[in-house]
Amino acid sequence: MAEAVQTDLREELLPAREVDLRRSVRVGLLGGLTAVFISAVGMVQSFDEAGLVVGPLSFGDLLLLAVPFVFGVLAGHPPPVLKGFAEPTSGARNVIAGGVAGLLTGVVIGVFVALVDTFDVRDIFTRISPELLDILTYGQTLAVGILIGLVADVILGLAGGASQLLGERWRRPLFWALLVVVMLGVLEALVSQILRGARLGRVQDALYAPTGELRLPSAIAIGLGLFGLGLWLRDQPRAVRQRIGAMEGERRRLVTAGALVALVAVLGILPWVLGPFLTEVLNIAGIFLLMALGLNIVVGLAGLLDLGYVAFFAVGAYTTAVLTSPASQAFSPELSFWVALPLVILAAVAAGLLVGTPVLRMRGDYLAIVTLGFGEIARILFLSDALKPTFGGAQGILKIPDIAIGPIEFRGPELFFYAILAFALLAGYMVYALQDSRIGRAWMAMREDESVAEAMGVNTVAAKLWAFVIGAMLASFGGALFAVKVGSVFPSSFNVIVSFTVLIIIIIGGMASIPGVIVGALILVALPELLREFQEFRFLLYGALLIVMMLRRPEGLIPSRRRARELHEEEVVQDAWLRAQAAEASATASGE
Amino acid sequence: MVALLDITGLGKSFGGVRAIDGLDLHVDKGEIVSVIGPNGAGKTTLFNLITGLIPTDEGKVEFEGVDILGLPPSAILERGIARTFQNVRLFPEMTVRENVMVAQHCRTKAGVLAAIFRTPAFRREEEQIRRKAEDTLGFFGNRLVGYRFDQLAMALSYANRRRLEIARAMASDPKTVLLDEPTAGMNPRETQELTELIGKLRDERGYTILVIEHDMRVVKGVSDRVVALDYGRKIAEGTYDEVAHDERVIEAYLGRKEAAG
Repeated sequence: MAEAVQTDLREELLPAREVDLRRSVRVGLLGGLTAVFISAVGMVQSFDEAGLVVGPLSFGDLLLLAVPFVFGVLAGHPPPVLKGFAEPTSGARNVIAGGVAGLLTGVVIGVFVALVDTFDVRDIFTRISPELLDILTYGQTLAVGILIGLVADVILGLAGGASQLLGERWRRPLFWALLVVVMLGVLEALVSQILRGARLGRVQDALYAPTGELRLPSAIAIGLGLFGLGLWLRDQPRAVRQRIGAMEGERRRLVTAGALVALVAVLGILPWVLGPFLTEVLNIAGIFLLMALGLNIVVGLAGLLDLGYVAFFAVGAYTTAVLTSPASQAFSPELSFWVALPLVILAAVAAGLLVGTPVLRMRGDYLAIVTLGFGEIARILFLSDALKPTFGGAQGILKIPDIAIGPIEFRGPELFFYAILAFALLAGYMVYALQDSRIGRAWMAMREDESVAEAMGVNTVAAKLWAFVIGAMLASFGGALFAVKVGSVFPSSFNVIVSFTVLIIIIIGGMASIPGVIVGALILVALPELLREFQEFRFLLYGALLIVMMLRRPEGLIPSRRRARELHEEEVVQDAWLRAQAAEASATASGE
Repeated sequence: MVALLDITGLGKSFGGVRAIDGLDLHVDKGEIVSVIGPNGAGKTTLFNLITGLIPTDEGKVEFEGVDILGLPPSAILERGIARTFQNVRLFPEMTVRENVMVAQHCRTKAGVLAAIFRTPAFRREEEQIRRKAEDTLGFFGNRLVGYRFDQLAMALSYANRRRLEIARAMASDPKTVLLDEPTAGMNPRETQELTELIGKLRDERGYTILVIEHDMRVVKGVSDRVVALDYGRKIAEGTYDEVAHDERVIEAYLGRKEAAG
């Protein structure tokens, strides 16, 4: 009987042996639409202008060709199976599914090209231009171009599907190697600059052609090398972690301390290795990191969705500006940064209480809406004519002096990096210390169920205010550093987009996870700064990334241990079963 | 003797519905009192009023001779009234141990600054909270200990969730525990175990217990006294046998004889 049930389930869960054609077609059409979309909004074209990346391929070409490959992978990847049930075996059908998806993608692109060639839609879609057509047909005539595209798409789709045959352990290093090679090509200017800085001109010549693209042979060599390295390193991190975990308390602490010292040392020399431009990018990411760490307390730990977080950032920046700059008309004590800092913190605490108190009784969506309003109120206050003598209105406040310790001024991105690093370490430590404490548990309990937290003795009024105050404090650090870094503040820097960016960082990085927030800040702030071509499409990509993450990895890139456990524990399956049992039991009980 | 919990003339309306209607109830120290009644009789509302989760319209609730009406729920817990919920309300994304640790919030006092600076007092208190949480979980034999400490509450089985909820209430050092249908959804063996546990809570821990229960075997097994509610009013009170044979109680559960016949 039990066996019969199990085979029934398997029948239901396993896809049929043959190719799931409907799914492949659906994925392929989606791929085609994606390709058409990125072409029509101008992404392909503006990336194409960035020049060649690898061999004869431009960034735009790569973007176009990535579509059939990625969707081939998706089509070839079997739908997720519950843990404990057998995974369907991979075989020719994965490859065929990928190929079908690639074909469909190619067909959609072909139809698009033909349509664009026939009808002129430039009045509406300004980015659908002859240049775009030229890229889409690979510089050939229409028919030949469409054919080339079709063949390439089918091959790439097949390749994507075939990647499923490799199995997880081979696939992962392969994808990483591919990604790194492409990034090396895309970031050519930067890598060259670093290599030149390190006096490795010869390496640079070996890597890149004079026109800036990655030489094909070196690209292949690097790819293979990385793939091999990835295979070799496959199980290393876990093995190392296990070995450390097995150590005695004293030795373990020693190893941890050693790793920390090494990390700090690396961070210490980082700006001089990276050079001013990259350091500047890191600095910007660092300021967002500070805010993200703070918002992580408010949203990630305490569960208070604050959409007006930029207000605290602005308070920190403006307080610093007014207190240190000589330019503010009504009030300019021209304090040094360090004297001003405690006052900035006080202002942030006051702002946290000011926003926190009226929203004490609000929950969920209402809280989000009200805080959104507070964020705008802050910006408009700083912009207002009434406060112009103090805050300078639209002209802002200029001439904010640099941070100085004695005679050393933290001028220039390299030195400023240390200031940001110091504050980031402080903020990271604060979050780390707080999340595993009495107040941290109170925050989490409140996030989970506010009424029960209250009934279990948590003073939710105090817990909420503390969350707002600590969050505001960390954001004000970010604001203070931002003001000093730029040397001036303007109301336009503090719009709602900042709030959203910070929120997206913690969602994509991983709620309530410090490493997640760091990775999130690097990916969402630093990467777009590096890829100038991205800037235009930044929010489009944020949106796409958010959707993909919510579908595929809702716990974030590096989830907190807690969330990882929640979403990938087999017991969840077991639990559903237990719940069903309980429901059945109570149904029979009440039926008696 | 002054009652530990003394409720007089308690009333609560939801719109036109009188959920609790002039209720008098007293619970002496060390007693186990069961509250029974058909669905919608106002049992859970009574618990929500006592613990301050919803505001009261009229009446008086005195605990150890002090009026506790109008206090926030956290203050009521601090005075010694802890509860569990009918539809198990744990903190699902916190570990088993953390769930219990939270309940000691009102008994501890480490502040934000102490946590940031990791003062010796903070470490000591933290260690104490942790040890106490683990001790409390040990009360349930080996069901919630060991590797279960670090499991998320949501990963627990249904019966273990109910146990964890009781552990959470225990960790707040209460004088009175209000149990809202502790055996709902449990199988007969688990129900039997819980019946014994309720007795143990009083005998070993010295709690005074007010329990809402539908399972008459449990009610019979644990209660010193039974109170029957219907339409927010007390319709009977006494030993299990007295209440179980009370005309009005039978009528409330089964309907009028005329109507039934």
